Amino acid sequence: MTSGEKYVAAVYGIVFLFVLAYVLIMATKLARLQREVGELARLVRSRLQVETEAPEQEEVAVG
Amino acid sequence: MKRYLQDVAVLAKKDLVLELRARDTVPAMLLFVVAALVTFHFALPARSSDLAAKGLLWIALIFTALLGLSRAFAAERDQRLIDGLLLAPCDRSAIWLAKGIATLGFLTVAELVALPAYSIFFSGIDGATIAGVVLVDLGICAVGTLLAAMASVSRARELLLPLLFLPLAIPLVVGGVGASVASGTGRYLGFLALYDALFAILSWASFEYVVAE
Amino acid sequence: MWLRNNQVAVLAGLTVVLMAAALALIFFWVPNDADQGFSQRIFYFHVPIALTAYVCFGWGALKAFFHLWKRSPGADLESYVAIHQGVIFGALTLITGSLWAKVSWGVWWTWSEKQLVLFLVLFLFYAAYFMLRFSVEPGPARANLSAVYALFGVVLIPVSFLAIRLGERYIHPVVFSSRGPQLADSMLLTFFVAWAALLALAGTLYRLELLGKRLDAELRELKEALA
Repeated sequence: MTSGEKYVAAVYGIVFLFVLAYVLIMATKLARLQREVGELARLVRSRLQVETEAPEQEEVAVG
Repeated sequence: MKRYLQDVAVLAKKDLVLELRARDTVPAMLLFVVAALVTFHFALPARSSDLAAKGLLWIALIFTALLGLSRAFAAERDQRLIDGLLLAPCDRSAIWLAKGIATLGFLTVAELVALPAYSIFFSGIDGATIAGVVLVDLGICAVGTLLAAMASVSRARELLLPLLFLPLAIPLVVGGVGASVASGTGRYLGFLALYDALFAILSWASFEYVVAE
Repeated sequence: MWLRNNQVAVLAGLTVVLMAAALALIFFWVPNDADQGFSQRIFYFHVPIALTAYVCFGWGALKAFFHLWKRSPGADLESYVAIHQGVIFGALTLITGSLWAKVSWGVWWTWSEKQLVLFLVLFLFYAAYFMLRFSVEPGPARANLSAVYALFGVVLIPVSFLAIRLGERYIHPVVFSSRGPQLADSMLLTFFVAWAALLALAGTLYRLELLGKRLDAELRELKEALA
């Protein structure tokens, strides 16, 4: 490759790398979002369970 | 309109009177600019031309102005006076104009010492340079007052103001150095006038958003 | 309907098509430049990247204006993301420009390329934008300050360019000559396709980033509501 071609390759390569870096950053962000949504889902599920269990405790007959 | 100018006059007078009593900003600017000029002497190698020194004059002025600007809203900030100012029934932009005028006053006093000092230490100052100084001062005070208000809202204050100010000051440096060094000073002075007009209007119009809550 | 709901996907698809077309034209169709040879092809990305950066800064200023004037909700975030894009493309302009200077004239930097110098000044200005944003608590104050600063930036662009041109007259005389003014038709077409591709890329990345940040904000709201 002549030196001219090397520099052209460098320019287009760097643009590609920038876009790739963007993809990587987005990927880590998505992973974090997924983790947080999972935590929230667990939170909501446990709350729903508590609500369905609670009414059963109210059926106490007093003599 | 008359009311507006009265407000501006009252606010500007307040700042000037406060400085007259406290006497901290202007003496510091005076000392700084002379110290800077002396330092420049040691920064110019043997065969540097007069021209290089002329360029450095503008650097000294920019940084002296920065010093003054960093104090511009200090009192208001430290003593929570900005809330009082904002409660005043005046157009917010009047605060900007008044502060700008006061800063212009301080800067002019500093330059009354700096320019003679420069002509003693280095080379003479011509009319074009003085015209340039006037126009650059106007630009510095217009933009700098707004940026100083911005910086005073942030946590980083003294750190932030130079960062905000310097990129905007580059055209002023070009205009000033061109006026004192290049042939055809007219176009540089014209450029400075354009800068001043554009940024003064922009600063005047947007100041209320900077101090809004 | 599907088109409206999947805007990011549509933009991304458009980007792929345009980019493929641009790269094909650049590397397989357009002829070599008579003066500069093969290395002139850098120009097909370098200049559109610079122009796209300007568009991003302009868009950021527009959103800033809407935030201040119309109080449009979300305009502050859009302004921030647009300026963020602009800085990324600005950095790319400086890097590709530096590579072009090296291959054309053998130096990594030259003050005689007005576009490069302008981008250096703008890069400093918009880098300070981030310093400003990170030193103020999130809220209406930060949004207002950022918006005003963004407007200053867009006025600074032509003023700085004028300043640089004026500066050249007393600073070192221009040593290197810029690219040849006449562009053959084929080169012009390639240039425009490349620019369209890069604009589409910028738009896609902009939408993606906005999506991510809005998701973040909504999640935070949910967390606070459930906590």
